[in-house]
Amino acid sequence: MTEQPILALEGLRTEFATGQGAPVVAVNDLSLTLKRGETLCIVGESGCGKSLTALSILRLLPRPYGRIGGGRVLLEGRDLAQATDAEMRQIRGRAISMIFQEPMTSLNPVLTIGRQIAETVMVHEGLDWTACMGRALEMLRQVRIPEPERRLHEYPHQLSGGMRQRVMIAMALACRPRVLLADEPTTALDVTIQAQILDLVRDLQAETGAAVILITHDLGVVAEMADRVLVMYAGHKVEEGSVEEIFDAPAHPYTQGLMQAMPHLGSGEHRSRLNEIAGVVPALNARPPGCSFAPRCGLATDRCRQEMPPLTGLGGTHMAACWAAGGSQA
Amino acid sequence: MSASQPVLAVEGLVKHYGIRPGLFGRARAQVRAVDGVSFSIAPGETLGLVGESGCGKSTVGKAVLRLVEPTAGRVTLEGEDITALNRAGMIARRRRMQVIFQDPYSSLNPRMTAGDIVQEPLINFGIGSAGEQRERVAALFARVGLRPDQRSNYPHEFSGGQRQRLGIARALALGPSIIIGDEPVSALDVSVQAQVINLMMDLQDEFGLSYLFVAHDLGVVEHISHRVAVMYLGKIVEIAPRAALFEEPRHPYTEALLSAVPVSHPRQRRKRVTLKGDVPSPVNPPPGCRFHTRCPIAVPLCREVEPPLLADPSGHATACHLRSQASPA
Repeated sequence: MTEQPILALEGLRTEFATGQGAPVVAVNDLSLTLKRGETLCIVGESGCGKSLTALSILRLLPRPYGRIGGGRVLLEGRDLAQATDAEMRQIRGRAISMIFQEPMTSLNPVLTIGRQIAETVMVHEGLDWTACMGRALEMLRQVRIPEPERRLHEYPHQLSGGMRQRVMIAMALACRPRVLLADEPTTALDVTIQAQILDLVRDLQAETGAAVILITHDLGVVAEMADRVLVMYAGHKVEEGSVEEIFDAPAHPYTQGLMQAMPHLGSGEHRSRLNEIAGVVPALNARPPGCSFAPRCGLATDRCRQEMPPLTGLGGTHMAACWAAGGSQA
Repeated sequence: MSASQPVLAVEGLVKHYGIRPGLFGRARAQVRAVDGVSFSIAPGETLGLVGESGCGKSTVGKAVLRLVEPTAGRVTLEGEDITALNRAGMIARRRRMQVIFQDPYSSLNPRMTAGDIVQEPLINFGIGSAGEQRERVAALFARVGLRPDQRSNYPHEFSGGQRQRLGIARALALGPSIIIGDEPVSALDVSVQAQVINLMMDLQDEFGLSYLFVAHDLGVVEHISHRVAVMYLGKIVEIAPRAALFEEPRHPYTEALLSAVPVSHPRQRRKRVTLKGDVPSPVNPPPGCRFHTRCPIAVPLCREVEPPLLADPSGHATACHLRSQASPA
């Protein structure tokens, strides 16, 4: 298959200046590709670098400390890591949009939601205001907000959490982006509202053909949504594959641990001990040499503690970075 | 105390909050956060209390502890009605009934060391000499899996999971018979959440603790609970032994809630029963059955008459005109 990816990361390295000595590396040598219409889920726990990956793609890293320290971010072949700020402003919200976990902090509380959506359209497409408001109304309808004509003139605080997330999605999709980055879009929502939002994202994706990177810690959301899965731990990609490959045969001990640690409905394992992953994710400035997961891994050997395992193919599109995961490499 | 006596019994618990137009205005409307909730918890039992935001599940926990004053109803702790106790009486009873919050960081004094935080309840109740107290603190630290040297650390020096362990150690210090957990693992990462759930189950087996486990994560609740109650807009709509509730849910809301939970394997992807719209406001709950506005099977009766919560002989109770499988007692 030779279809060109819409978005590709090649060896992305995101780092933060520390004031003393070397910068800490939050995302290390991360590569991925994303095709049209595809959903890639990035999975991992707090501090694994998944949100910083999204912020790196959009060049929204906190200044002045955060920066892309290496690698390329290719949007249809063009390297965004080298783009100017003015060029990035043209790309954000138009070619690539993002939705965040907490819509209340991402929406402007003193502007009506209609105005906020219309403004995005105005900036990127230069239509007149009436046309922009028309698009805003159309978007509210598309994300299935009831009584869109009335909601257009309301403020964010007048909406429920689920409706606010719909508004965020309407705003993100208003200029028909080719890539949508969704950072824990349903984590703050109730499970019935989460189901509505996930259904909506899926439907809109089918309509618009946008590619989606969905960042989540919830393997259930991954099982529902993903075409492909990328597992991150402490800033590294530790496993990648199709959603079936990952759920049928998780190869990295961290992925296996995550799957076994999560109680899920109908498992029939009532009150059995859940699989714990001992300890916590290491701090950015205290990453061990060798495999970052070694201190928490039951299979770790001396080699794991000294030498970083490379990503190794496991057949198909499946790959993992683990000395014990049994790749073809000796 | 007989063996069959519940540790905690709640009857007709009501909590209404007044909405005042200004600082001195008269309450113009009532938020009916909890509107007639009854349940009991046996020794060594975990009752899971689930529902979506705003259903009143956390308020039930707080009203049971009398951290908010119930508007009406009765709470019985180990056979004693605690609803009318004065402040001093209530403080004494809190030895038997402790609480763990979702975010222990905001409930632990940031200027006290971890050791002092766990020792404080022992000092307040004058239990043991200073030496004995320190021994007890050391034992509690070991029991919840914290290192002895961490006693001199401050809360901000702990990770989220460790802070929750610290909250548990403090709750255990006085030897309670029941612990109310208000979303105790919701803020934790999956791997750490598993550690805390395992710890809570171990402590229950070891000390015969009862838990009222308030949570929104149905997977976690299924794992830890013996019985489960489902709340919607201030009322319990279904309460049943765990297996019955998860395998044969009767209330349409319980069905929808379970159906909304993400699958655990991509091959199980399916079309869901998706509820339309949002939960109505608890200021003006719908008449009749509160769920009728979103219910896929509602009939005219549901709009007019509120269905009572009726139990069948197995203890499976449902508040639904169409689905209750019991006759009125």
